[in-house]
Amino acid sequence: MTAGQTPLHPGHGSVSVALAGSGGAGVMTAGNMLLEAAAQAGYYSLMTRTSGPQIRGGEAAAMVRVCSFPTDAQDDRFAVLAAIDWQNIGRFAAEIPLDSSSLLIGDPAQGDPPELFLKSGARYLPLPLKALAKQIEGGWPNMVALGVLAGLMRLPAQAVERAVARSMKKGREAGINAARLGMAQAAAREDFPLPPPPPKTVRWLITGNEAAGLGALRGGVRFVAAYPITPATELLEYMAPALAKLGGTLVQAEDELASINMILGASYGGAPALTATSGPGLSLMIEALGLGVTAEIPVVVVDVMRTGPSTGIATKSEQADLNIALYGLHGDAPHVVVAPNSLADCLGATEWAVHLAESLQVPAIVLSDQYFGQARAVVDVPVFQDRVVARLTAKNGAAYKRYALTESGVSPMALPGTPGLAYTADGLEHNERGIPSSQASDHLAQMDKRARKLAQLDPGENWASQEGGCDGEGDIAVLTFGSCTGPVREGIARARADGVAARLVSLRLLSPAQPERLKQALAGVKRVLVVEQNHSGQFLRYLRGEYDLPGEVASLRRPGPLPFRPDEIYRRLLELGRK
Amino acid sequence: MNPPASAALAAKDFKSDYKPIWCPGCGDYSVLSSVTKALAALGLRPENVAVVSGIGCSSRIPAYTTCYGFHGVHGRSLAAATGLKVARPDLTVLVASGDGDGYSIGGNHFLHACRRNVDLTYIVMDNHVYGMTKGQASPTTEPDWDSKLSPGGSGVREFHPLVIALASGANFVARAFSGDPNGTAAILAEAVRHPGFSFVEVLSPCVTFRPDQRAWKERAHPAPVAPTDDPARAARRIMTDDGFNIGVLYKGNRKPYRGAVPATSTVAELGRRFELQGG
Repeated sequence: MTAGQTPLHPGHGSVSVALAGSGGAGVMTAGNMLLEAAAQAGYYSLMTRTSGPQIRGGEAAAMVRVCSFPTDAQDDRFAVLAAIDWQNIGRFAAEIPLDSSSLLIGDPAQGDPPELFLKSGARYLPLPLKALAKQIEGGWPNMVALGVLAGLMRLPAQAVERAVARSMKKGREAGINAARLGMAQAAAREDFPLPPPPPKTVRWLITGNEAAGLGALRGGVRFVAAYPITPATELLEYMAPALAKLGGTLVQAEDELASINMILGASYGGAPALTATSGPGLSLMIEALGLGVTAEIPVVVVDVMRTGPSTGIATKSEQADLNIALYGLHGDAPHVVVAPNSLADCLGATEWAVHLAESLQVPAIVLSDQYFGQARAVVDVPVFQDRVVARLTAKNGAAYKRYALTESGVSPMALPGTPGLAYTADGLEHNERGIPSSQASDHLAQMDKRARKLAQLDPGENWASQEGGCDGEGDIAVLTFGSCTGPVREGIARARADGVAARLVSLRLLSPAQPERLKQALAGVKRVLVVEQNHSGQFLRYLRGEYDLPGEVASLRRPGPLPFRPDEIYRRLLELGRK
Repeated sequence: MNPPASAALAAKDFKSDYKPIWCPGCGDYSVLSSVTKALAALGLRPENVAVVSGIGCSSRIPAYTTCYGFHGVHGRSLAAATGLKVARPDLTVLVASGDGDGYSIGGNHFLHACRRNVDLTYIVMDNHVYGMTKGQASPTTEPDWDSKLSPGGSGVREFHPLVIALASGANFVARAFSGDPNGTAAILAEAVRHPGFSFVEVLSPCVTFRPDQRAWKERAHPAPVAPTDDPARAARRIMTDDGFNIGVLYKGNRKPYRGAVPATSTVAELGRRFELQGG
């Protein structure tokens, strides 16, 4: 869960800027420095990225929002778009919305900005970035642009210099000087000053993928099998050295079929185990997840969702794997599906998923997405557990029954090496001893047992983030999950400032469904708005299937990759409020 | 079922009371005997051994032992065993498979298990047929073998698993015959002792769908020369022999897959890496 600060009204709490350029222009480097500079100056900050289809050397844009409050949502509009050059940058027009108050900065030597940007009415400020960089020996245009952007926001020079010095091993002096020169270009302008920074607190600078990886380690994961796939690779790359430092191991698998089976094998041996993938990989893992359900072997799969189906848009975000995560397994296969609802919550949700998998002896799927995974943000210290949940193991005893029909459905698991308790973990239906059985009675008993484990789960407050509506305020509720939560939260805050109150329920535990809890959360609600980032309304259908939704239900959805912006939520809420 | 810790164990202590589903005369009965004999000869205890398998007749073997068993999905036994062995290097891990499970659906994992050289013993019971699904051509079936699914024969040449194993980096390659349970037990024991990935192809007749394989007992014979540590030489021998040379054919010296190293940090310390400094 997030720390839950209420965001401020639009236009008063943040400034969003974007830096674009061709491959090698260093826009990501400069973007990261801007993020770091904002952090040094005491601000919250978010950097998302977009890039063209090229493996390397393609056009890219770093989008940085500097805020006085924590958020992982992008704002409605960008105040500034600076480009080192304009080659192919026009294809980012939908992802970098501008308006007449925005500023376009470009090097006149690189030609005029694309019409797609100019038609927003944004003012064009030509700045000879390349020529300016040349004034400094070893200076680069991206560092000048960094200085310009920081200067327009009135970030303290000291913070910018410190960020540059921290990031650059070589050419530090030239980098600092180029950034200073950029700041000097912005000095005469009063365009987009930031509000004062919030009171100092301890904060982290982290990506969603790193947060999920660390959450897994905190949860106790000590074995990872990895097959590279965009946008989950960085999660695995973070874990490889981190696991080694904790005495765990990561095996690079030959494919996702191997990854999932490796973690099942490791977990059968007693090691809490995880793999991370994206939609295409999850599709390949589904068969073996069913083995995890039947043989009751805990494993965690993080799905960093990208635009599908098939290869889709591999580098961009979408929430369209909900169906496969919930319903993709053949047979009746109860399992856990958890979705982080903030970038920082990638840590808490993944840690929790490990705990749930281990304590219930089931596979758990974590639905993160590219937006969270590849964004880097300054966040409040993530919320996490201070303990590791150990699985229930069998130590001794006569006539051991691995799949004993217990009241909770969870039965003690013997780990290899334990004398006298050897059994065979099997994908075949089995009796209590684990002996394969084709008897109807055994099938029913074991199905009931596996269902019971999830039915008896008490997730406490973790099942969802609920905000607003505590004192019966408002009869509108917005239901959402995952990376839509940030913009929904801001949209709700803006609507409230304009007199329309709505409550937010962002589901974290998607399976098993919690109909009673949602019923309570929606008490008194007459209108429900369901927000999700996919084409067919998978979340809406899930809600309609598993829950009783009160009153009138509206759907706000679209496929990836464009994220929802707070203004869209705000306008929709005002419409609902007027009814 | 659980013998006292001090006693030396016999083969029967590794055999469970669960009755196999195999057909009468199936070669896999003998392979089961060989496995239990080898484990007894190695002085192992059942709780310290895991038998991992996929799907097929041969893959039913784990539950017929008193060891820890893992009967997973079709074709993925090597992956599951890799995860298990890397996570639990203290265990002796045997992997049981057949020619369909191991060479067809699981073919990719075979290549990479050989490359990776995790300390596993991979036992493939090869009968050149899919038995559990009642008689279809497998990757080792002769191209002219007639079946319902490939009338008149598949027309597709056979796969040569021993050469593939060598080319892919397996550290121990042997051929055994189920008709000689003691010889097979000795080969399996040697395979378990040898570090790294050991591959034992066991010719194990399917008398139900390949009654012609009853003739294998006349054809099988000991390999005429001792194992080599030169993969090229081993490959030449295997590619030119009659397919019935029984024995250890190759013993390599590759270092097994490296596993975990002792912890040098804590999760709290890893978290602090993300804490913002200064500002």
